[in-house]
Amino acid sequence: MNFFYFSSPSTFYRFAGWSAPWFFVAAAVLAAWGLWQGFFVAPTDAQQGDAYRIIFIHVPAAWMSMFLYFVLACYGALTLTFNTRLSAMMARAIAPTGALFTLLALWTGSFWGRPTWGTYWVWDARVTSELVLLFLYFGYIALANAFDEPRRGDRAAALLAIIGIINLPIIYFSVYWWNTLHQGSSINFKGTTMHVAMLTAMIVMTFACWSYAIGVTLVRVRAIIVERERRTHWVRALGAGR
Amino acid sequence: MAQGSASFTAGFSWALARDLTLAWRHPDEAMLTLAFFALVASLFPLAIGAEPQLLARIGSGVVWVAALLAAFLALPGLFAADHADGSLEQMALSPHPMVGWSSGKMAAHWIVSGLPVTALSPLIGLQYGLTPDTLAVLAFALALGTPVLSLLGGACAALVLGARGGGMLLALLALPLFVPVLVFGAGAAEAQASGVTPAAHLSLLGAALLASIVLVPWAVGAALRIALD
Repeated sequence: MNFFYFSSPSTFYRFAGWSAPWFFVAAAVLAAWGLWQGFFVAPTDAQQGDAYRIIFIHVPAAWMSMFLYFVLACYGALTLTFNTRLSAMMARAIAPTGALFTLLALWTGSFWGRPTWGTYWVWDARVTSELVLLFLYFGYIALANAFDEPRRGDRAAALLAIIGIINLPIIYFSVYWWNTLHQGSSINFKGTTMHVAMLTAMIVMTFACWSYAIGVTLVRVRAIIVERERRTHWVRALGAGR
Repeated sequence: MAQGSASFTAGFSWALARDLTLAWRHPDEAMLTLAFFALVASLFPLAIGAEPQLLARIGSGVVWVAALLAAFLALPGLFAADHADGSLEQMALSPHPMVGWSSGKMAAHWIVSGLPVTALSPLIGLQYGLTPDTLAVLAFALALGTPVLSLLGGACAALVLGARGGGMLLALLALPLFVPVLVFGAGAAEAQASGVTPAAHLSLLGAALLASIVLVPWAVGAALRIALD
């Protein structure tokens, strides 16, 4: 099969429509497993009590917020180098989900911060960088929609995403540079300081978030494809067939 | 357009001289930027009270935020006026590389907005009761940091050419990118004021400046090409 087979919006539209439900099913199953594991199997933390259990949504959301921005920038690079239509549509489809996960990470973080740090909000380096990431997502969405000609918005926003990706390493290393209140990561490549059940729950929840993000992006990209290609024959045939 | 062979330097010096002449003929714009900077900085004591310890504590941060806003305020004029009257397209058609003349325009932007703000900053810092060595570090950090603001802001100004809601959109794009400069710039004066060496912050600012001088003009060139497409 040709590698570029799915880079055509019309073929990808059908593929996305076929595969999106599977990702939603996977997200539901994984979330049910991960939440059961997190709430009933994982032991209570010695220092933080049961309040730590918000980690099972907080950490996956924070990971997804950064990872989705990286994917967004990769699609931006594809848009600018190959001038492909579908990659720009994918980037537009990812942006709201990325912003949602960023907001979720900030929100759950403040609910976690209240019992453990005694405050809803701290101007800690990581928290602040996550807030900056939220503004980067907002800036991307605003710039992409600010032009009458959608292709112009695609390319300008793609360049903005590439410029903004310098923020990702700053988020990641800020905790070492400024070394403030936020605790260091419990997972690294050498191993983990976490209990196995906690780790399992967190990994499963990460895959649940991943499946949800892919599924909702595919649904959104279908809407964008139909809107952009509304003057083509295949979209009109789609409407006539209904 | 300048005579002679097409090169980075020729385009750079031509655009620099042109924009500086334009700014010199309309000095009120640069004056407005300075007045805005001084005004924002003098609003803080009115809002939060005038205890000397408090003012000395927040002085360098206030100067940095005011400098950030002043640099941002001057940004829309960087490419928009030339885009509106078509001279930007003429420059793009010139044999000089786009990276050259757009860097010249951003250098002129810094000389007109960043340099006066840096020069005025000791005066504002004095009003906040900062010590002389803190004032020196603050001015040095501004001298390193404001060119980065002009460069990053230039990239954002090029991206929003022809967009709806220009000014607010520009704020949404540019201000988040300014955050690292603000953190390290204000951190340098903060470190000096609390008796720690500001060398680490100043080194990071210098690194940011060198990296942006090398990388950002390419992004500006790409953004201008998208705008003129």
